[in-house]
Amino acid sequence: MVSEFAGFASLAPAYPELLLALGALVLLLMGVLAKKESAPWITGITIGLLIGVGVLIVAAPSEGVIFAGGYINDGFARFMKALVVAGSVFALILAVSNAEAHGLNKFEYPVLVVLATLGMFMMISANDLMNLYVGLELQSLALYVVAAFKRDSSKATEAGLKYFVLGALSSGMLLYGASLLYGFTGHTQLNEIAQAIALGDRNAGVIFGLVFVLAGLAFKISAVPFHMWTPDVYEGAPTPVTAFFASAPKVAAMALVIRVVFDAFEPIAQDWQQVVIFISIASMVLASFAAIGQKNLKRLLAYSSIGHVGFALVGLSAGSLVGVEGVAIYMAIYVAMTIGTFACILALRNEDGYVETIDDLAGLAQNRPFVAAMLAVFMFSLVGLPPLAGFFAKWQVFLAAVEAQLFILAVIGMLASAVSAFYYLRVVKVMYFDEPTQTFALPAIELRVVIALTGFLVITYYFTIGAPLSQWAHTAAGSLF
Amino acid sequence: MIQAIVFLPLLGALVAGLFGSAIGHRPAEIITTALLGVAALFSWIVFIPFWLGHPEPYSVEVMRWVVVGDLDLRWMLRVDTLTAIMLVVVTTVSSLVHLYSIGYMHDDPHRARFFAYLSLFTFAMLMLVTADNFLQMFFGWEGVGLASYLLIGFWYTKPSANAAAMKAFVVNRVGDFGFALGIFGTFYMLGTLGFDETFAALPAMEGATIPFLGANLDAITVLCLLLFMGAMGKSAQFLLHTWLPDAMEGPTPVSALIHAATMVTAGVFMVARLSPMFEMSETATLFVIYIGAITAFFAATVGLVQNDIKRVIAYSTCSQLGYMFVGLGVGAYSAGIFHLFTHAFFKALLFLGAGSVIHAMHHEQDMRNMGGIAKKIPITYWLMIVGTLALTGVGIPGTPLGFAGFFSKDAIIESAYAFGGWSGSFAFWSLVIAALFTSFYSWRLIHLTFHGKTRADHHTFDHAHESPNVMLVPLYVLAAGAVLSGVLFYGVFFEHAEHVAEFFGVSLVVDAHILEEAHHVPTWVKWSATAAMVVGFITAWYMYIRRPEAPKELAREHPGLYQFLLNKWYFDELYDAIFVKPARWIGNALWKGFDDWFVDQTIVEGLGRRVRQVTDQVTRLQSGYLYHYAFAMLIGVAALITWAIAAGGLLG
Repeated sequence: MVSEFAGFASLAPAYPELLLALGALVLLLMGVLAKKESAPWITGITIGLLIGVGVLIVAAPSEGVIFAGGYINDGFARFMKALVVAGSVFALILAVSNAEAHGLNKFEYPVLVVLATLGMFMMISANDLMNLYVGLELQSLALYVVAAFKRDSSKATEAGLKYFVLGALSSGMLLYGASLLYGFTGHTQLNEIAQAIALGDRNAGVIFGLVFVLAGLAFKISAVPFHMWTPDVYEGAPTPVTAFFASAPKVAAMALVIRVVFDAFEPIAQDWQQVVIFISIASMVLASFAAIGQKNLKRLLAYSSIGHVGFALVGLSAGSLVGVEGVAIYMAIYVAMTIGTFACILALRNEDGYVETIDDLAGLAQNRPFVAAMLAVFMFSLVGLPPLAGFFAKWQVFLAAVEAQLFILAVIGMLASAVSAFYYLRVVKVMYFDEPTQTFALPAIELRVVIALTGFLVITYYFTIGAPLSQWAHTAAGSLF
Repeated sequence: MIQAIVFLPLLGALVAGLFGSAIGHRPAEIITTALLGVAALFSWIVFIPFWLGHPEPYSVEVMRWVVVGDLDLRWMLRVDTLTAIMLVVVTTVSSLVHLYSIGYMHDDPHRARFFAYLSLFTFAMLMLVTADNFLQMFFGWEGVGLASYLLIGFWYTKPSANAAAMKAFVVNRVGDFGFALGIFGTFYMLGTLGFDETFAALPAMEGATIPFLGANLDAITVLCLLLFMGAMGKSAQFLLHTWLPDAMEGPTPVSALIHAATMVTAGVFMVARLSPMFEMSETATLFVIYIGAITAFFAATVGLVQNDIKRVIAYSTCSQLGYMFVGLGVGAYSAGIFHLFTHAFFKALLFLGAGSVIHAMHHEQDMRNMGGIAKKIPITYWLMIVGTLALTGVGIPGTPLGFAGFFSKDAIIESAYAFGGWSGSFAFWSLVIAALFTSFYSWRLIHLTFHGKTRADHHTFDHAHESPNVMLVPLYVLAAGAVLSGVLFYGVFFEHAEHVAEFFGVSLVVDAHILEEAHHVPTWVKWSATAAMVVGFITAWYMYIRRPEAPKELAREHPGLYQFLLNKWYFDELYDAIFVKPARWIGNALWKGFDDWFVDQTIVEGLGRRVRQVTDQVTRLQSGYLYHYAFAMLIGVAALITWAIAAGGLLG
């Protein structure tokens, strides 16, 4: 043990985490000491810190297993961490101009985001059931707080409370599963669990543990039937927070699911595939139908995110390198589309406040043609229309499923995608063909930049980032096999 | 020169059609008419050397058109005797119709469009007659169909005009279907679409068969019959004739153009062009004879009782086309073309004359509301008389004295007799009786329109006036043709087999034997047509001048026959019952039953309803109660465990 801590340099793979932890403490201190009006400054510094961490991950890679095998940093982890950081940065940027309206103009908010990000990093790099749980809880606790950050809003409080109670339940399931796994295999480290399962018999106890662990994780990616909190929390939380919820934590939890099933349950692939397929189908189908009945934009996007998780899981169901690659690409594109969509929603403010329902968008095309056009692009991309990025995301995961002979899953996914087209296109229809009822203020500059940037990536995906992203995702997925 | 003839009308059509509203009506009229005039002049320049000397046929390449695999089609303008004759007919009549239309249509608000269509029609017909291969001919063929649709439906605010335009188009499609199949079959059997290559390959096809539904059919016969189906559609032969009378809904100059120069002569031209092919199949030629003879007889009977002045002439056209096909069928191709040639002049004359009458009577077309207007419009009257004399074939057999129709019609009747056999006799007697009827209905038309006491209302009769010169000049020219075209061209078309063969060269099969035979028929045969004409004339005089009440009595005594003829042998009703009603019924069933009910309501809307129901159920799950959510998670985990254990085979 001593030798491992002999040099600071041996901790190099965990530098990003260390930086985040230190940063969070410093920021907290700064926030306490500084004046109340300095919150925007702290947000700015936080964004800088996160960008720095992102650069560190991408530009100064250091991979390896440390902390007695409990922590792993590999190509997969770096890919997912980069996505998480991107999600966190953009979520903070989205909050800048409307922090006050959403009650986020307090220095604790960026600090909590940093802590949540740190938790996500730990999840992504967890190579041990203990670390996994600690990282998950760090992330969750931070998120529970930001969900209820607007204390004087009953909706936000309700959202935070619901999230907390159900999150606690899911954590309980996860822990129960972890204890079963430890009991039946005698190990907590993921690769050792796999070895134990491979050597011993495949018994019901391990399967129990597997299902409970997956159930706990499914809650975090809001997959059906552990999704029930999502619409309520998305609706109740302040919109920039919802944008954060919909992007970074999803990526981290998905990364965790992938790592667990491939590292710990590799010998019983058949069993976890069954579970993942079930969850995937349930998510795609239920989300597609439920979203049709929604009038609130944020609830709509909540179901949209549930559905997209289902599609991403289609790739995972394949259990192959192509499948993992597909999921990685899917999550990257999903983050871009989600950030862009939320930026559009945040950009639309009239004298009554922010848009809430789909009907509020009536005639937007005449009033704010740029925002309307970009929102339409994001909707088409979410449907999965070529040549937009969303098409290639779906293409990749369905390709993996077909290669793995999962034809029925692929067909169900296609049909669910067709149903989902309805509610996305309805948004476009309302914007372009309905009579305008209200006028909207000019969006803040940074929102327009975010919209333009994400929109550009979504539209030109095939010609610009498509190839390098696939290459990177391929390398990342390769590190798991 | 040949390029100018073909493309000047197209140029006119484009100018008048695209820029008509910009340059105004008068310039559009003048430009199209002048271009057509130039084309007509050039056509005569092309034709006269063929008539007097014996130049070689030639072809001019416009461009390489289609190159696919073995198919290498060039767009060639082919000029030989047959084409030259058609060029003269088409451009002469068309240019006169253009000129006439300036007067006839002078108060129509869409004159420029009308002239554009006329020129387009002419261009399509010229494409057809200059075709060097089947595909090019098909292009012209369809172009003629399109232009006829546009012109018949020119007064598109009239529902009957639209219906007639559609009818013409649809009935022609039936024929075109056969024509297209014939073209495909030709390419399939012979591997070429060029006329010269096809004719060259024909001898090798002797006895070749096409397998069809287990039967082996003679290839050439099948191809000829299919191609002839196209001709029947375009030339309004029996069974596919129903569109022609209805086409009278178009403006009168259009009728003249369709009936005299373009469209209906296309079928005759096609059979003549393909004469080497038809010569090889006895079945096909017999079929042509029978269809032609039946058409000639049938149309003449219907013409007897029609009351619309244009419809009488329309049925007359139908009948005369039957004559031409008999001529072609018996092997006297030159006689058929001869009749086409002379017929163009006197039929155009009659139509434009009728137009002049209609113009004078303020667009009254029903002969029952005319009568006694000879004195009001003497020039038109005398011109119509000339046309009628030509149509009925007045002349003295054995002498070069006679009107145009006399020479060409007698040539066909004599050839039919000379053909001999049962079919020859059938054709001969059909044509002779048709000649009698022709004479009757033609003179009936003259008597009802021009003679006797007027039945027109006072106002119309008093204001009846002679047409302007711009309308009369074309009539003079056509009248000259109606008088002279027979006697002048009898020599090259029919008189001596060797002259005829020399004249046509390779462009047409000239059967010296049948021509020789035709000149040596018994004298009574030579006089039969003339006799029939005289009988028809006297009967008409008796019934409409001597005893004007006779027709009514006759109709009262034979109501069945009268109604049968008046209703055109009930062909429209028959087709309505056999084709139109079932098609409508199927269409309605597919529309209401399949599309509206099944596709739209059941599948599309039904799916939508089902989705909405599911959505309602799913949304209800989202109650907002925490314990519901927790319960759902627990149920989910239980279900997943059960599923994982059961599917994993760990239950036992």
